Amino acid sequence: MNTHQTNFVRTSMLEQSTPPVLDKGYIAWIRKNLLATPLDAVLTIIALLALAWLLPPAIKWLFIDASWTGGGRGVCATAAQGGSQPEGWSGACWAFVGAKFDVFMFGRYPIDERWRPMLVGILFVALLVPILIPKLPYKGLNAILLFGVLPIVSFFILIGGVLGLPYVETPLWGGLMVTLILSFVGIAVSLPLGIILALGRRSTMPVIRLLCTFFIEIVRGIPLITVLFMASVMLPLFLPQGMTVDKFLRAVIGVSLFASAYMAEVVRGGLQAIPKGQAEGADSLGLSYWQKMRLIVLPQALKLVIPGIVNTFIGLFKDTSLVSIIGMFDLLGIVRQNFSDANWASPVTPLSGLVFAGFVFWLFCFGMSRYSGFMERRLDKGHKR
Amino acid sequence: MSIDATTPSGKDKPAGSILNDPKIRGIIYQAVTLLLLVAFIYWVAMNTSENLKRANIASGYGFLNGRAGFDVGQSLIAYSSDSTYGRALVVGFFNTILVAVAGIITATIIGFLVGIGRLSKNWLIAKLSMVYVEVFRNIPPLLVIFFWYSGVLAVLPQPKESVALPLNMYINNRGLAFPKPIFDSGSQFILLALVIAVIGSILFSRYANKKQAETGQRMPVLWTVLGLLIGLPLLTYFATGMPISFDVPVAGKFNLTGGSVVGPEFLSLFLALSFYTASFIAEIVRAGIRGVSHGQSEAAHALGVRPGLTTRLVVVPQAMRIIIPPLTSQYLNLTKNSSLAIAIGYSDLVSTGGTILNQTGQAIEIVSIWIVVYLTLSLSTSLIMNWFNAKMALVER
Repeated sequence: MNTHQTNFVRTSMLEQSTPPVLDKGYIAWIRKNLLATPLDAVLTIIALLALAWLLPPAIKWLFIDASWTGGGRGVCATAAQGGSQPEGWSGACWAFVGAKFDVFMFGRYPIDERWRPMLVGILFVALLVPILIPKLPYKGLNAILLFGVLPIVSFFILIGGVLGLPYVETPLWGGLMVTLILSFVGIAVSLPLGIILALGRRSTMPVIRLLCTFFIEIVRGIPLITVLFMASVMLPLFLPQGMTVDKFLRAVIGVSLFASAYMAEVVRGGLQAIPKGQAEGADSLGLSYWQKMRLIVLPQALKLVIPGIVNTFIGLFKDTSLVSIIGMFDLLGIVRQNFSDANWASPVTPLSGLVFAGFVFWLFCFGMSRYSGFMERRLDKGHKR
Repeated sequence: MSIDATTPSGKDKPAGSILNDPKIRGIIYQAVTLLLLVAFIYWVAMNTSENLKRANIASGYGFLNGRAGFDVGQSLIAYSSDSTYGRALVVGFFNTILVAVAGIITATIIGFLVGIGRLSKNWLIAKLSMVYVEVFRNIPPLLVIFFWYSGVLAVLPQPKESVALPLNMYINNRGLAFPKPIFDSGSQFILLALVIAVIGSILFSRYANKKQAETGQRMPVLWTVLGLLIGLPLLTYFATGMPISFDVPVAGKFNLTGGSVVGPEFLSLFLALSFYTASFIAEIVRAGIRGVSHGQSEAAHALGVRPGLTTRLVVVPQAMRIIIPPLTSQYLNLTKNSSLAIAIGYSDLVSTGGTILNQTGQAIEIVSIWIVVYLTLSLSTSLIMNWFNAKMALVER
């Protein structure tokens, strides 16, 4: 008995044929992503025209025409403005940024003592990096060192007056150093304070709840600049004669209180998202209020609101630039102060300095938001609905 | 045996048991908090009154009637240096409102365009929108203000070499000059016509909706409304003999003459707030549109609804529900950020208040005025938006 042969079924595979020219490679990509519909084609052309109009002058200004070296305003000014550049020249003055780089970083901190902020910076990075890498152990110890020990040690290193270090008063502090100190202290204070305020707002005790709600709503309703004004002009009125608070400390208090009100609302959002059963379960196990919050509710709630917390941190970091209005020299303040330096003043100096400061701020904020995205994905245990 | 020893019997309670009652403990905690707070406020008040006495500053709001003695750069109401401090604050308040409203409108437009752009299937548009958002979201607004103020507007040419823009506008380092409309007698009829057109459009679209619900026939609402809104005022304009003329700025030998000018302070604040806030609004819009489940638009397509109508009738109304609450807080943020005006000397509420504070030393009064005004603005905006939100919210049974 021979097997039944069906002639209409092919027994060998066909050679793969190449896809149509229009459906492969970059042509297909362009057709799909840039020219899918007539409207898309028009939009693409408009966008390309806008890029062609914006990008070449920007690159030319930032890099090609920029003056990179030089010891004074001459390299950044045209002949008519008293410089060496040809008429009609305009380019970034990176020589200005280069010459002032140390000032932008440390402000008027004495030059011989600048190893001190650098040392603090190294300690900070050495403690920050391991806490950011999830795989490394000893997180608890690391956190205590970073948030508990480092601020105290850094304070004494920076201000001096002990161990033979010369005293450096806070009005001499400035630049990126001040921005980072303000934001670090603000972050370290506002998170715990915000958690306490959020718990207070959800407390069953009416007095506590009312007080926390009042504080949060008032602070959130007014601009930071009024809070800073309060800290700088009203705080001295509130204290008895002879008792003064350092201007730097006043700014730190203002920024921290402001950020903690926003933090409280973020944390409250997380607390509300935790089902009541969790707290009731903790109650039925006989945990105390603080044990319940610390062990059961807060770990879940904080994990939910990591993006919001980091957004508040980023907002705080950006808001520290406002202290320049009340006469402190953070990064933005010191950059602006140097516009009027007669040795460097030229039409392009302000823009160059601002582009530099903007780039530094952007780097930190962008880094924070990227890290928060990374943590969010890592902590996502698939409970999302 | 051991159980008996540890279990307290009902008769002989331990002495501290009343403290273990959570209710009583709560009352004690609250009483202690209240006591501490009162003591603290008392201490602060005593210090303050003593400090004020020593500095010879009379407390109270009487100083508002004093002569201000300083000029403001831009004012919506009549003001001179002979006006009172109170009037200076009112000028500042109106300037705050002006820049906030202008900024909110522009930021909303840019934000919606960029937010929709980020969702575009066009790769180039999506990437450009992303770059915009990532750049402006991560830079302090104060820096953006200075970027415009001392980076761009300050290096524009002198008034005698003003850069001409379309529509008879000129820009130079003193600000933007634009044609000033002059309203002659008869122009009030145009305003009247506009009001009538608006009322008429509302009534017509209501009637059209009712008609559609009854008969299924859709009237050409869009064209009728456009015709009413544009045609009626235009007709009145010609009927009353063209009462509106424009005072056009003219480039003279040394300066521009005529027209209205907005200063670089307002321009840089307005541009910075718009661009900065737009990046946040863009993210809110993107999240809102992506928050509408895909099944909704698929269902609309399955019913045979055209793509344009699907967007307008199915996706947008649901997305607005997600967008509105965070949008409100962005509007409030913009209003609060307008206080950065003080950094460049635009005379807003905080800036004029700061000047008065320096002149009179009435720190508590000025700060209290700031707090009351900003809180009122915040609370009233959130009330309006809550009402709007409640109207838009999903009605669940």
